[in-house]
Amino acid sequence: MAAASAPAPAPRAAEAVASAPRAAAASAPREAVAAVVDPEIRVVTIDDLGILRSVQEDPDTGRVTVTITPTYTGCPAMDVIRADIRRALAAVGHPEAEVHTVHSPAWSTDWISEVGRAKLAAAGIAPPAPAAPGAVPLTLAVRCPQCGSAETEQVSRFGSTACKALWRCRSCREPFDNVKAL
Amino acid sequence: MSDLFEFVLRLGDDALVAAQRLAEWTTRAPEMEEDVALANIALDQLGAARLLLTYAGELEGAGRDEDALAYLRDDREFRNCLLVELPNGDFAVTMAKLLFLAAYQRIQYDRLVASSDERLAAIAAKARKESAYHLDHATVWVKRLGDGTDQSHRRMQAAVDQIWPYTGELFAADEVTARLDEQGVVPAPATLRDEWLGTVEPVLTEATLTRPTDDWGPAGGRDGVHTEHLGFLLAEFQVLHRAHPGASW
Repeated sequence: MAAASAPAPAPRAAEAVASAPRAAAASAPREAVAAVVDPEIRVVTIDDLGILRSVQEDPDTGRVTVTITPTYTGCPAMDVIRADIRRALAAVGHPEAEVHTVHSPAWSTDWISEVGRAKLAAAGIAPPAPAAPGAVPLTLAVRCPQCGSAETEQVSRFGSTACKALWRCRSCREPFDNVKAL
Repeated sequence: MSDLFEFVLRLGDDALVAAQRLAEWTTRAPEMEEDVALANIALDQLGAARLLLTYAGELEGAGRDEDALAYLRDDREFRNCLLVELPNGDFAVTMAKLLFLAAYQRIQYDRLVASSDERLAAIAAKARKESAYHLDHATVWVKRLGDGTDQSHRRMQAAVDQIWPYTGELFAADEVTARLDEQGVVPAPATLRDEWLGTVEPVLTEATLTRPTDDWGPAGGRDGVHTEHLGFLLAEFQVLHRAHPGASW
């Protein structure tokens, strides 16, 4: 817990800031925040994943307030995401931004955008099936993101990050990650 | 001390101590996938513990944050149930503990979604989805071991027999839960038990295991009267924070 609350140092800012639209400058805080990439699945942005809930700019003071929600309660990436958001906003002229975290309504994989799903698949990560009401675990076939085969099997429901399960393709024999429906 | 503080502390301590016990398996699990799985479940429990203890600290209003509550209380001040502090034992004992705990947490969080306390309802709505995966994982293992070889069956049955008595405490009512139930904040613990049995008993049956009879039922965790195991767990868990107050890296 102590480690999680330690302020993150500056160097990692480069990527997130570089992907923010520079021309937009101080007028487009939302675009800057939406371009922040997920620190654990770096092919998608926090906007693609539905982690980003809102970006509000106070019309009088110009102060920006960002609201985000965690995928999993214990997601260790949240501190880095907060720091990356602040850096992205500082780069477009909002160094005083506030980042709030909300837990309700609870994040669902259904919030991952179509663009986000396509990016995951392109990176070899099978996108999630629709989340069942009441979160009853589903055992639907997951298509292999490498060869497209539906002949796949789950190796472990817990994978390299909290939000992914580990699968294996019986056709091409490749292992792959699957974002678990939640 | 408010009733809600006391209740939220119980839930938070259950999750925190469970997280610490599960994390003890890291690098020691029977296979790589299981190592990752147990670490993931521990992380989910820690995540829920952080939200709950942060909230408990705010309810108390004495300036204690999640770290102060986790690292600077002694065993008598912890309010977790005895089940979570019991040693991991062999893998079957760990899975029996996880099955009983996850089934309880899943039902508890499910009911708390309807709590009149919005903050608690929001935390519960988040945590319940994760509990479903924990329950699923433990269910698969209990069935596989119970309905497996003679040895795995024998050890799974022994684990269930050993842990079962500690499940009674999960559904024990006291003045705190009675008052909160009246206010519509939390469900009466006894009302969770039928659903819990409805979840756990079919798993035991399918695993060809015998459901133990309800007999001796140790308790005391909710009042801070713990087994001797909690002190050792806390010593390891808290030593760094206490040796180097305020350290960060």
